[in-house]
Amino acid sequence: MFVLLKRIIKSGWTSFSRDPGLMLGTIFIMLIPIASITLFFLVKDTGQSLISSLEEKADISVYFKSDIQETDIFNIKEQLLKIAEVKEVKYISKDLALNEFIQRHEHDPVLMESLEELETTPFLALLNIKAFEASQYELISGFLEKQEFENLIEKIDFYQRKTVIEKIFLLASTTNKVGIGLSIVLAIVAVLVVFNTIRLAIIHREEEIKVQRLVGASNWFIRGPFLVQGAISGIFASIFCFLIFAALCWFLSPKLAILFSDLNIWNYFSSNCLFIILIQLVTGVGLGIISSAIAIRKHLKI
Amino acid sequence: MIKFLNITKIYPPDILALKNASLEIKPKEFVLITGKSGAGKTTLLKLILAEEKPNQGEIFFEQQDLSKIRAGDLPHLRRKIGTVFQDYKLLFSKTVYENIAYVMEVMGANENEIKRDVSQILEIVGLENKARSFPAQLSGGERQRTAIARALIHRPDIILADEPTGNLDPYNTSDILRLLLKINGLGTTVILATHDKEIINTLEKRVITLDKGKIVRDEEKGRFIL
Repeated sequence: MFVLLKRIIKSGWTSFSRDPGLMLGTIFIMLIPIASITLFFLVKDTGQSLISSLEEKADISVYFKSDIQETDIFNIKEQLLKIAEVKEVKYISKDLALNEFIQRHEHDPVLMESLEELETTPFLALLNIKAFEASQYELISGFLEKQEFENLIEKIDFYQRKTVIEKIFLLASTTNKVGIGLSIVLAIVAVLVVFNTIRLAIIHREEEIKVQRLVGASNWFIRGPFLVQGAISGIFASIFCFLIFAALCWFLSPKLAILFSDLNIWNYFSSNCLFIILIQLVTGVGLGIISSAIAIRKHLKI
Repeated sequence: MIKFLNITKIYPPDILALKNASLEIKPKEFVLITGKSGAGKTTLLKLILAEEKPNQGEIFFEQQDLSKIRAGDLPHLRRKIGTVFQDYKLLFSKTVYENIAYVMEVMGANENEIKRDVSQILEIVGLENKARSFPAQLSGGERQRTAIARALIHRPDIILADEPTGNLDPYNTSDILRLLLKINGLGTTVILATHDKEIINTLEKRVITLDKGKIVRDEEKGRFIL
């Protein structure tokens, strides 16, 4: 059994290697759906990690009017801490805000001089609120917008970040939907192309197949090499795809890091390379075997 | 070894290839099948290979009824038979060595056996220097010798040769006949279909003559009479 399997694989490899033109075409076509599926996983996972990182950084800053007493602010802080969705509330006084600003910009003489010109501190006291999940900020914001706080609160800094978070959510979910759809379409195209390649190989070798039957070859000894050919095309397409993505991630990683400081796509790729090559191999070999099996079933009557 | 009992074969729609043909071929025999084109020679060989099934009658190959053979048993039957055709029927994508080795691979022989036997047979048919050539790179005679080597490699019980010299010059024809006689001398049954008068008269073996699907003559040491 093992010897027979070895011979079927060897025969498939020989046929594959003796018709490089046809097989290169097949590999190229198979590259497209494999790349699309890889891209889908890459965007899904890196997008998710980017969202998590932004969520980690998300908070609400509530700025209080300058004439508000600290006791009123502490009172609101107490009320906020009673909300189950609130993880942490940090009070930053006007003086602390001023000190932090000075520390941050002490080497900027223009800013420092401008600050000295002012008679009073331009900074407002604020509460920095963190929730357990991004979706909970809406609720906290709603709580702070109540009428009883209207005279105390100058502004709530939530909506600016909300837009960014929502945009990334939208991008990730759109990419997921488009990715799945595109992968399915491209996979169907690849199945059709590989099916056609194997079909042509079967038609081209119709006479040989008859001879193989006449010399006593069993069904699987004739059919097996065609399946192997499809699988080998899939393996090569996966390897090429992996190398292309490795190169792309390596080149694009520093450029993407400028846009998204938390995104290191090369790190993600290198730490998940086994998972990625596995997905690519499963896709490539699966596509190759399925297409060959359909072609054999349809055109190789034994 | 082979028994035809009242075999009739009609190809659709109504082409009569064999009519009530009965014959028996014993082990180690050398039998020539002759007749005009369309007389039924090739059909007779195809029936032995179970490539075709008869419309009527029974064919026995070593007690196995070929008219009722199941598709799954065909490879086993064909591994007992070596075939040589006028158009060689070689595997054009495989080298000479691979063409011959293929039959042994199909049978599950181990690599050492394959290497040893293929090298020996290549020497016997004089193609040891052509092992790595593809059929397209060979002359007609070399192709036919490859086909004979392939037919012999697994030591079949019987060799079926359908006009094996039809495309060959007299030198190659005599080489091929010498090989077939040698094989027969070693105990393999040979059935040779030909309409070559020279071959039939030279060999002086049993001759079965077909005409319009009927066996019209079956003579020991027969001669070419049409």
